[in-house]
Amino acid sequence: MSRKPFVRKQYWNEPEMGLWERAYLPEILRGLLITGGVFLRNMGKWITGRKGALTTYYPEETRWDYAAGNRGKHVLTRRPDGSPQCIACNMCATVCPAKVIEIEAGFDPADAAHPKYPVKFEIDYSRCVFCGLCVEACPEDAIRMAKEVPHLPSGDRWAMWLGREELLAWQPQSDVAKPYPPAPAGRRAPGESA
Amino acid sequence: MIADLVIALVFIGYAISVLMGFGTILTWVERKQAAVMSDRIGANRAYIRLPFTQVKLVWWGLFHGMADGLKMLLKEDFKPRTYDWYAYAVAPWVVFTPVLLVFAVIPFGGTLTPAKLWAPLAGFFGERSWPMQIATLDAGLLIVFAFSGLTIIGAMLAGWSSSNKFSLLGALRAGSQMISYELVLALTILGLILIYGTVDLDVMVRRQSGTVLGFLPAWGIVYQPFAASLFLAAAIAENKRIPFDLPEAESELIAGYFTEYSAMKMGLFMFAEFIEIAIIGALFTTLFLGGYNLPYMSDAGFALPGGAAVALPHGAVVVTQLATFLLKVFLVCSFQILIRWTLPRFRYDQVLTFAWKFMFPLALANLVVTAVVVWAVRA
Repeated sequence: MSRKPFVRKQYWNEPEMGLWERAYLPEILRGLLITGGVFLRNMGKWITGRKGALTTYYPEETRWDYAAGNRGKHVLTRRPDGSPQCIACNMCATVCPAKVIEIEAGFDPADAAHPKYPVKFEIDYSRCVFCGLCVEACPEDAIRMAKEVPHLPSGDRWAMWLGREELLAWQPQSDVAKPYPPAPAGRRAPGESA
Repeated sequence: MIADLVIALVFIGYAISVLMGFGTILTWVERKQAAVMSDRIGANRAYIRLPFTQVKLVWWGLFHGMADGLKMLLKEDFKPRTYDWYAYAVAPWVVFTPVLLVFAVIPFGGTLTPAKLWAPLAGFFGERSWPMQIATLDAGLLIVFAFSGLTIIGAMLAGWSSSNKFSLLGALRAGSQMISYELVLALTILGLILIYGTVDLDVMVRRQSGTVLGFLPAWGIVYQPFAASLFLAAAIAENKRIPFDLPEAESELIAGYFTEYSAMKMGLFMFAEFIEIAIIGALFTTLFLGGYNLPYMSDAGFALPGGAAVALPHGAVVVTQLATFLLKVFLVCSFQILIRWTLPRFRYDQVLTFAWKFMFPLALANLVVTAVVVWAVRA
């Protein structure tokens, strides 16, 4: 069996080494000086009581520069009367790829426009993947995501569930609340009693 | 006779605790230094909670080493079904023990006279003094090479007895690499032996306490700067650390010759590697950095280049020498870690080419030049 001799492929952007790089030792020394310099600089910062690293100590520190569109913790919006806007249609729970949303629907005969409401609305943040599909799926704009992260570090996975009251009560500073659209003519405004 | 025994036991205890301490602390230093070098924080979550309180001692992550050791002790000690389980069980110890034994001939201090330290000790020890070295041997350097050569056997044994192709290939790599670099290591030191005219490490250190040209300390690195860099490179290659960690190759050989080892047996291999860092540091200090003496210092005290002399009490000299030795060793260890986290690793053929076609001729050239110069100076 004949075999073609191996020819090393020449790439268009192949780096060329000069004599200095070929000598090898000076470049090693340069590398050691760079890393050693970084070490001394950072060590100097640590010794003088400053922080010599780019890392954020997560539970103790949180970053301030989350992007404006960051998908973080969920917000349940409210109607002007304070009741949750959620109609317990379960669309978010259905679309959720991590299956972290659990909704238990209740019946409210007093509110003819929105007879269904969530008795329980729970999100398990230990499994949430922050994909934002629940926000996309919601027909009522009842669930949004604020840019702040949930910030629930814990050694106990049951401490990472947030319920209806926490999600409703949480008022993120960054949430630009859209005003509830005015009721079309001839219909009762939400929350207005019959 | 009893006094000799007591002194020997004290020295052995000191040496073992120093080596174990270095082995433990270097795992932490390696992590933290690597982290600081790359703008990170490093391991800092393991803590010890004081019983009955909420006081958590973190101490910059020092307890991570303890957590690791505990993990290795408590893990399942998996044993492969090998035909030679005796060799399999003994291999980690064959790697680990010679590494400790090398330290026996390294002087970690000058002379110790117990009577001068504390007068009541004279009743037991008399006026005798002992060099601070476990074994005072004329053949010091030869013993170093004899013992450090034994680790190759351990690595080969581990690879062979694991009944695993990857282990065997890793062991072959380790063996050929270590044998190649051992040669270079010995050749680089020959120049020093020519200059000092001895292989006794204690005598070598004493010869380094003078000055060259009136002001430079007469350290080996001043006489043989080239040999010093070659020695360090060869020693790191001998220790199989990055950039020479070719016996280990995750994608092809898994962990090399200790692939089949788990729990504390694997821990012994790792620990031996870390202790060997300290041993390389101690050897480099002894051969090239003036050993346990500060510049211009000898057992009597300081003899500064201007002609001024400062006499020191015996206790101060002993403490200074012990501390100086530890500090120098630590700095060399730290430099090795700097190298490990800076340089990318070689390809396997490059490692052997580097040994035989680059370092070997350079070491020979260094030896020839040294021989000629020594001959010219003495003649």
